[in-house]
Amino acid sequence: MTTPTVETTTSDHEDGPGGVERRRFLGYVLAGTTLAVAADLSLGTPKAMAAIPSAPQISDVYDLEDLQTDAALPTSALISITIRENGTAHFEFPRAEVGQGIITSTAMIIAEELDLPVRRVEVTLAPARPELLLNQLTGGSNTTFSTYTPVRVAAALARQQLLAAAAIELGTTADRLVTIAGVVRDPLTGQSRSYGDLAVSAASQVLKTVEVALRPEKDFKVIGKPHSRLDAHDAVTGAKRFTTDLKVPNALPTMVCRAPQHQGTPKRLLNRSQILRMPGVTHVAQVPTGIAVRARTFGQCIDAVRAMRVEWNAGPADGQSDATVLKALRAAELPLVVPSTPLTQTIDVDVAFAFRSSAALETYSAIADVRPDRAEIWAGLKVPILAQQNIAQMAGLPQDKVKVHVITSGGSFGHKLFSDHALEAATISKAMGVPVKLMWHRADEPRQGRLHPMATSRVRASILAGQVVSFEQRHTSVVTDFSHGLGEILTSTADELPTGLGGYGFSQSIFLLTQQLPYNFGVVTQLLNETDGAFKTGSMRNIYSPDVAVAAELAIDQIAKALKVDPVEFRTAHLKDPRVVKVLETVAKAGRWGRRLPKGVAQGVAVHKEYKGCTAVLVELDCRPTTVNRDLGPETVTGPRVTKAVIAVDPGLVINPRGLEAQMQGGFMDGLALTLTSSCHLRDGKFLEASWDNYFYTRQWNVPPQVEVHIVDSGVTTPGGAGEAAVGTSAAAVACAYARATGRIPEMFPINHGTISFKPKTFVPPIPPAPTNGLKTAR
Amino acid sequence: MPKQTFILNGEKVTVTVEDDVRLLWVLRDILGVTGPKYGCGINVCKACTSHINGKAFNPCSVRVGDLQSDDEVTTIEGLADTAPGPGLHPMQKAWIDRDVAQCGYCQPGQIMEAVALVRRLQKEGRPLRESDFDSIRNICRCGTYTRIREAIEQGARAMGRS
Ligand code: FES
Ligand code: FES
Repeated sequence: MTTPTVETTTSDHEDGPGGVERRRFLGYVLAGTTLAVAADLSLGTPKAMAAIPSAPQISDVYDLEDLQTDAALPTSALISITIRENGTAHFEFPRAEVGQGIITSTAMIIAEELDLPVRRVEVTLAPARPELLLNQLTGGSNTTFSTYTPVRVAAALARQQLLAAAAIELGTTADRLVTIAGVVRDPLTGQSRSYGDLAVSAASQVLKTVEVALRPEKDFKVIGKPHSRLDAHDAVTGAKRFTTDLKVPNALPTMVCRAPQHQGTPKRLLNRSQILRMPGVTHVAQVPTGIAVRARTFGQCIDAVRAMRVEWNAGPADGQSDATVLKALRAAELPLVVPSTPLTQTIDVDVAFAFRSSAALETYSAIADVRPDRAEIWAGLKVPILAQQNIAQMAGLPQDKVKVHVITSGGSFGHKLFSDHALEAATISKAMGVPVKLMWHRADEPRQGRLHPMATSRVRASILAGQVVSFEQRHTSVVTDFSHGLGEILTSTADELPTGLGGYGFSQSIFLLTQQLPYNFGVVTQLLNETDGAFKTGSMRNIYSPDVAVAAELAIDQIAKALKVDPVEFRTAHLKDPRVVKVLETVAKAGRWGRRLPKGVAQGVAVHKEYKGCTAVLVELDCRPTTVNRDLGPETVTGPRVTKAVIAVDPGLVINPRGLEAQMQGGFMDGLALTLTSSCHLRDGKFLEASWDNYFYTRQWNVPPQVEVHIVDSGVTTPGGAGEAAVGTSAAAVACAYARATGRIPEMFPINHGTISFKPKTFVPPIPPAPTNGLKTAR
Repeated sequence: MPKQTFILNGEKVTVTVEDDVRLLWVLRDILGVTGPKYGCGINVCKACTSHINGKAFNPCSVRVGDLQSDDEVTTIEGLADTAPGPGLHPMQKAWIDRDVAQCGYCQPGQIMEAVALVRRLQKEGRPLRESDFDSIRNICRCGTYTRIREAIEQGARAMGRS
């Protein structure tokens, strides 16, 4: 981008007769044929504190969102809004929509400042923009927090320019004009001009720096009001396009035959000519991840993959199983250091967490067209710049010869932070010399896809004279792969981090930036140690928090029990932040905490603070045998049932309450699955799970009949993150209810991990056959 | 190569493809009808759920050669036309009204399943019960289940009126 960036400044300004002070920001009017305005993406970011006091944990004062937002500073770049002649506003958003609703909430923010109906704001996903560097990363629930102010500044500036242009046309001054729903009006004369009429006359020939004030929060008409998703119609009519729905010329269906073991690699294909003769098959190629086949239909790819005879190299986890990984974790646990004395009472909680799959319902898929002199990629990607770099390197092309289109994804949950699918598709396209539409088989996902690492979490609390004097948590995990960019952000901002982080590795730093024990428990330490990775891991929705919160909240219930205090009362008395107290009180009241329940049914409650907001969850869990043993057919995991869930969230400023409620409900379903049903089993380097009848993500029969979401307004004027906020709290509340209903704390989560409730599917060939009885099962 | 003929969203279609290719791929890869989604390919996730002669079924598990020429296949793209009056099917309207979709990937299958469920209940002449939700096997990895329940209740009422 040629536009020079100018140091951003803000100044206080007298505004209007009331003399209300409003911060003013600098924005840019860009040269263009219709009005185009821009703002610096780093606007309005809070600065990191120079040093942190010893008492609060690092994430109390500077958390993952600050880190990501600060990463913008040295590489600040412009985001721009264009007003078109048809009266619509267009914004190309350097983030990924994966279902979390950021397109809708961003359109709402623009509509608010611009006085334009939300429907007339078009937000599209920007292709990889290398000049944005790591400013184009969607993760850690950071999107709205980091883009809120810059987007507002650009939109407010557009309105200001439209007013100025209208004033000239209408022969008046801008302060006599008003804007309503995309029209500038002169209330005195009744004359008006639509934004479309003004789009050209408001345009500038040259780049100008202009000062603008934002609309005061009290005047908000769109922000904070429920709004349905802009793509709702497309989603229910089948018109919404995901990667494999795109029609790219000659990009034929392509799949990969993969090793039986996790991350095993191919030696060679033994029956290449037989495969090439199969119906529909056009190309076969060996790539580092397996043997790729391209055919007329995906069905014929599946047949070809199943017919392949391949010699494989063992994977790096050869010989390893759940038990050996757990043993290695135990050996790596950092010691708990607070000594127990005859005067102190100690509470110990020690739990383990199985591997879990972060796969979305849409399997990894990508379209690639790699030519000798250029490449073009279409995929759901949260860090498109890294994909672009990796593909350029693989294909031996300059980075600007690789065009990466970001496509809306069928879910991410951390999975699409990585560009595994895009890189693999590009590798195959290069090897075959033709465009390919790569899709992973479902069986590939839990077996070869990204996993949430197995972990243990130990908590020891000491009580002296009725007071909690120390709370130590030691989290030990198979290493989490952060090579998708969060790590690079850390490198690039290392110097600016608060004192105390410099000496840690990436994972430890992210751990410290996300973990925030919201209680006053004397000496609090939460530390992470990691074991070596033979596994393809990633930061699944909410990264470490669900596991850490489960262990911590279970321990808190134990402490309350030892002190003979009610769990809600105990939490309330020890919480540091009144905002957290408020959400806890909200669920306790709405969920009627402490009400009488039959034996075997119990309530559980948990709180969590992260991403500038906080949540509390209360559940009622039915662990009675008639419920636990419900038989709904084969490969249908029932077990304990949450009959009611009450969630309270204080996310800071709420942009779209309807979207926020959806994120809370969805996050709850994730937390529920993490505690009760969903996990991957490792046996001799292989993961047993291969589909949704093995990997028991929450299904309708696990869903609480009653789910309530309460949004608590604490008057905060900056938006926090919502995409992950409910996951850890929900997992912890369900775990606490389980412990209270059954009187015991499970050693391993999810609680059903010890039982394998399915017959593992074929490993050679690596994918199961497609059934043929679909007409018989019509219903 | 054999010719395959059936009725798709009200229109007769003929495709030249081997008998054993599953219908899902004939729809998606050859006919370009991409509403039915792939989520497992083995009749488990129900993302591909469509209708055959008015009943819910999973085209990932049907050989195209097993279709008769008068079999009526309806995908999400053709659902609206099966309801009286212009505009969307009442179940699609309920889905928009409840703002159900997150990523949206599972939703075509969820809606097709819901419509078939309500038709079954209408045939049995009984109202929707909480336990009927247990019969819905469709995965939603975004966890939109609560709103799916609300939308089915609303859609069922609307289907009863039309
Ligand atoms: S793709 Fe047909 S049921 Fe999963
Ligand atoms: S809305 Fe994303 S899978 Fe259902």
